Amino acid sequence: MNRKHETDQEIERGKIGAFVDWVNADSPDIPAEIEYEHEEHHGEHHEEHHEEKTPQAQIRQERKVVSWMYRGGSLVCGLLLVAILLFTVQALPRFGEREVPAFNEVSQRYLEEGLTETGAVNVVAGIILDYRAFDTLGESMVLFTGSIAVIFLLTQLSKKAEGEEDGSKKCVESLPAQVIIRMVFPIVLLYGIYVVFNGHISPGGGFSGGTILGAGLILCHLAFGEAYTSRFVTVKRCTGVMSVALLTYIAMKTYSILTGANHIESGIPLGTPGSIFSSGLIFPLNICVGLVVACTIFAVYSLFTNWKAREK
Amino acid sequence: MTIFAGLLLLFLIACAISLFFIEKLINVVIVFMSYSAVMAVLWLLLESPDLAITEAAVGCGITTLLFILTLKKVNALKEEREEEDEQEA
Repeated sequence: MNRKHETDQEIERGKIGAFVDWVNADSPDIPAEIEYEHEEHHGEHHEEHHEEKTPQAQIRQERKVVSWMYRGGSLVCGLLLVAILLFTVQALPRFGEREVPAFNEVSQRYLEEGLTETGAVNVVAGIILDYRAFDTLGESMVLFTGSIAVIFLLTQLSKKAEGEEDGSKKCVESLPAQVIIRMVFPIVLLYGIYVVFNGHISPGGGFSGGTILGAGLILCHLAFGEAYTSRFVTVKRCTGVMSVALLTYIAMKTYSILTGANHIESGIPLGTPGSIFSSGLIFPLNICVGLVVACTIFAVYSLFTNWKAREK
Repeated sequence: MTIFAGLLLLFLIACAISLFFIEKLINVVIVFMSYSAVMAVLWLLLESPDLAITEAAVGCGITTLLFILTLKKVNALKEEREEEDEQEA
């Protein structure tokens, strides 16, 4: 009886465990069943096994029903979503039509007066960093907050992990990757800097350039490991650079909003459109946004790689 | 040019549907990446190069890296490789 009680408990735990495995996206069915079969073979009392098999079969049946219900539910949800989206798309105006609500005096003014008012050849940069700079500040703030949350969470955990084991500074030694990344890394960085610096002249800007910079740093981290990249960029420096860049952004934009919105001459030269040092504040603002994005991406990546899950 | 755009759009639909039927997570990530790459070309055809650059950098580059990193962290890549080895053996 004692043994039977144990197996019942195990079946119960198997049910919960299967659910936990399902949440964790493991496939629970095969190992769980194998365990049960092992027990059956090693058991001594044959009569009890016939009794044990019924709950197992029941559980299997239940699992099958649940999985079919899950599939049916997901099918219904997916079809419903498709129907809603198709229904909504019908209400949209045709692509490129003149009568769309977005085509009003605001966008017309952006296109006609954008170059003279902001000095940026790339109208998109003029819009997001001059007319709607407050919007962009919010976006950078979101990235900053997210990375701060990740840093706060993962540095607490990794401090505990470092005391036990110092295996975090290892990397996968792969010669082809190292050779290629050694060649590509400076080009990627240069291209990222070009995209950031040319944001007001050509397509691109702080966000995309910063992403390219961050990707380059990640490549370097991937090939040469923490020990190499920590010589020039660490998570601590990333947070410092991010804070300084955001504060600079806020200071510059506060000044320009306070002066410009009150019709006071801000004294910022717009320069000749098309040259690097033109379009007033857009050039430094682009650099600030690029730094924030690049540091966010690199900090999140390096924290995730260094973080070591505790042993089960 | 419309034929080219149409082909790309068809590719996008094929990518999106094929995600349902792919079982290996790493392949899903790669299909996802190709979706983003084609989407970047489409943004370029729609005359929004800014979006195209951002799509290529974020959708194609960073998202893929983070997905693969996550798969590595939850040991999804390792298990798949072990399963393959068992099947071969």
